[in-house]
Amino acid sequence: MKKTYRLENLGCANCSAKMEHKISKLKGIEEVTVNFFTGKLLLVVGDNIYADDQLEKEIEKIIKKIEPHVRLKEL
Amino acid sequence: MINKRLIQIIGALIVYIPTFFLSEGTPLQLSLYVISYLIAGGSVLLNAIRNMRPGSFFDESFLMSIATIGAFYIREYPEAIAVMLFYQIGEYFQDYAVNKSKRSITGLMELRADYANLKINGDIVKVEPEEVVVGSLIVVKAGERIPLDGVISEGTSFIDTSALTGEAIPAEVGIGSEILSGCVNLNGLLVVRTTNSYGESTVSRILELVENASGKKSSQEKFITRFARYYTPIVVIIGVMLATIPPFVLGLGTFDTWLYRALAFLVVSCPCALVVSIPLSFFAGIGAASKEGILVKGGSYLEALAKVDTVIFDKTGTLTKGVFEVENIVTFNDVERDELLEMAAYSESHSSHPISDSLKRAYGAEIIDKRIGDVQEIPGLGIIAYVDGRKVVIGNRKLMDQEALSIDISNDEVLGTVVHIGIDGIYGGYITIADEIKTDTLATIKELRKLGVTKIVMLTGDSNKAAMKVAAELGIDEYYGELMPGDKLDKLEDILNGEGKGKVIFVGDGINDAPVLARADIGIAMGGLGRDAAIEAADVVIMQDEPIKVVTAIKLGRRIVGIATANIVMALGIKGIVLVLSALGYASLWMAVFADVGVTVLAVFNSLRALKRKG
Repeated sequence: MKKTYRLENLGCANCSAKMEHKISKLKGIEEVTVNFFTGKLLLVVGDNIYADDQLEKEIEKIIKKIEPHVRLKEL
Repeated sequence: MINKRLIQIIGALIVYIPTFFLSEGTPLQLSLYVISYLIAGGSVLLNAIRNMRPGSFFDESFLMSIATIGAFYIREYPEAIAVMLFYQIGEYFQDYAVNKSKRSITGLMELRADYANLKINGDIVKVEPEEVVVGSLIVVKAGERIPLDGVISEGTSFIDTSALTGEAIPAEVGIGSEILSGCVNLNGLLVVRTTNSYGESTVSRILELVENASGKKSSQEKFITRFARYYTPIVVIIGVMLATIPPFVLGLGTFDTWLYRALAFLVVSCPCALVVSIPLSFFAGIGAASKEGILVKGGSYLEALAKVDTVIFDKTGTLTKGVFEVENIVTFNDVERDELLEMAAYSESHSSHPISDSLKRAYGAEIIDKRIGDVQEIPGLGIIAYVDGRKVVIGNRKLMDQEALSIDISNDEVLGTVVHIGIDGIYGGYITIADEIKTDTLATIKELRKLGVTKIVMLTGDSNKAAMKVAAELGIDEYYGELMPGDKLDKLEDILNGEGKGKVIFVGDGINDAPVLARADIGIAMGGLGRDAAIEAADVVIMQDEPIKVVTAIKLGRRIVGIATANIVMALGIKGIVLVLSALGYASLWMAVFADVGVTVLAVFNSLRALKRKG
C-alpha cells in the first residue's frame, strides 16, 4: 500500500534523513523517502500490518523524537 | 523565517562591532559580547534546550551550543559570537537556496488553474477544479487556463500548449478537439465537456510526477545519508578524546589549549554541507529538467543518464513523425507525374488506409466524387477503380502481375512502401511513401555520438527495408525490423545482457512499448502526455515530440552528477584538512567555522548551478 504524508515545519535536512532511516526500520515498511524540499513523506507498507492509525502513531513517535515541532498530515 | 534570521544577524553585528573600539576585558565589552552572542545564538540555545533528551547529543543545535559555551569558557568571546553568527548566515543562505529551487519546481504548479467556470442550467458558477464531475460542461474564456481535460463542444480558438509541450506556435482548436488541462485559451470562448476528474487530469498527473520525483534516490544521495549517520558521532567522540586524553592522561599542555582544538571538532562535526547540498543538486536538477519539458522520476535516473552508453530508439513516432508522406514519384511510358498522382489519389480516395491519406495530401486539390466510377477493393493486393472512365490499377507488385502489367524494375531498387499504378493497361509508374524523419533526429544521433554514446540501436515493427532506409539516412549502425512488440523486449534483454558496461536507454512513444520502457535502465516516453500506460511505465517523460531532448537529458544528468561529486569532494576535503589542522593546533575556530558554514554555503550555491539551463 502506498501512502503519502506531508511533514509540516520540517526544519533540517539531516533530521529528515534521520527520520527516513528510523521509519525504514518500522515493521512492514518496504520503501520510504522523506523529501526535505517538498516536505513529503512517501512510503510503501505491506497490507494488513497496521490497524487503523497505528502506523501514523509509530511515525509520529519517531518524528517527535527528532524534531518535536513537526506535524504529520496524511494526504 | 528568513527575515527573522536576517534581523538576528544584523542585530548581533550592530552590537558586536563597537567591541573593536573598547579596551580589552572591560565589563562593558564583555556585556556587549554576551548580548551579541545571545542575539545571534539565542534561538539555537533555546532549540538545544527544548530538544534535550537522551539521544539528542548529536543534534546540530546542541553541538553548536556546546562549542560556543566552551569558547566562552576559555575566553574566546569573538570566536563564540562568530560561530553563532556564521551558523546563522549559513542557515540563511541555505534557506534562500532551498526556497529558490522549490520555487523553480513549483513554477510548474502554475499549470494549475485556480477555478473552473461550471455551466449549470444556463448559469455559470465559479468552482474549484476538484469539484467538477466528469462529463460536466465548463466555460473557458479567452486568457484563462484550461482547468480540466475535455472535448470542445462549442467554439473555436487558439490555445497555447507551451507549458505542456514547449511548442511555441499556438494550436487551433474547434468543436470535437480534445484539449488538455494546463494549456491557455488565447482568444475565443470555449465550452468544454470534461473527460477527466481533476485528480486524473494531465495537470495533476504532471505535478504528482514531479513532486514525488525524489522517490528514487541516487546512490550519491544514499551514500551521504549513510555517511552522515556515522560522521557526526565519530567526530564528536574524537573531539571529546582530544579535550581529555592529552591534558589529563598524557599530561601534555593545558586543558584550555586542547579544549580549544576540540571545540573546532564540534563545529566541524555537522554534516550539513553534504546532507543539504547533495539532495539539493538532484532536486534542482529535476526542477531544471522539468523546465525543459523533461519529467524525471527521481535522482537515480539523473545519475543513470550520466552513465549512458547505449541508446535504443523505437522508429515510428520517435525518430520519425509517424505520419506517412509521399516521398517519390517515378513515371514510366510517358505518363505525367501529376497525372499519376491524380489517378492514384482518386482511386484510393474511398480507402481509409493511411497511405491513401498521404496520396490525397500530396495531390492537394479537392476530390470530385462524380469523376470516380466503379471501385473494387482487392484485399491484400490493392484497388481497381474507374476514374474519368479510365481503368486504374493501384497496389502492390502482385496486383500488377495479375493484371499483366510489365514492370521493368527489380524489387531491390525501391526502398520503403511502394504503390504501383497501371492506367488503361499500361504500367504508369510507382509512388513511394515514407514516414518522414523528424527534423531534429539527425542532430540527435550526431550529438549522442559526440557525448560518447557508443551504441545506437533502432527497433521497429516496420519492414526490414524501411528500417534499413531510415538507419542508413541517420547513420545508425544497428537496427532490427519486423519486430512484434514482444520481440522488442527480447532485443532489449539481449542488449542489457551484452558487454556494454553503461546504462541503456530505451526511447519510445509509449504505444505498445510499455514493457520495454519499464525494463530498460531508463525508459523514456516521448510525447507521452495523455498516455497513462507510458507515463506509468517510463522513468523519464519528454513532453515534446523531440528526440533532441534525449541529448538534453543526458547532458543534464552529467552536469548534476558533476556538481554533486564536486560538492562531496570539496566538503569532505576541506573538513578533513581542518580537522587534521585543528587536532595539531594549527587551525583556529574561525577556520572551523569556515569548514562548516562556509563549505555549506559554497556547496549550496554550487548546487544551485543545477537550476541554470546551460553552462
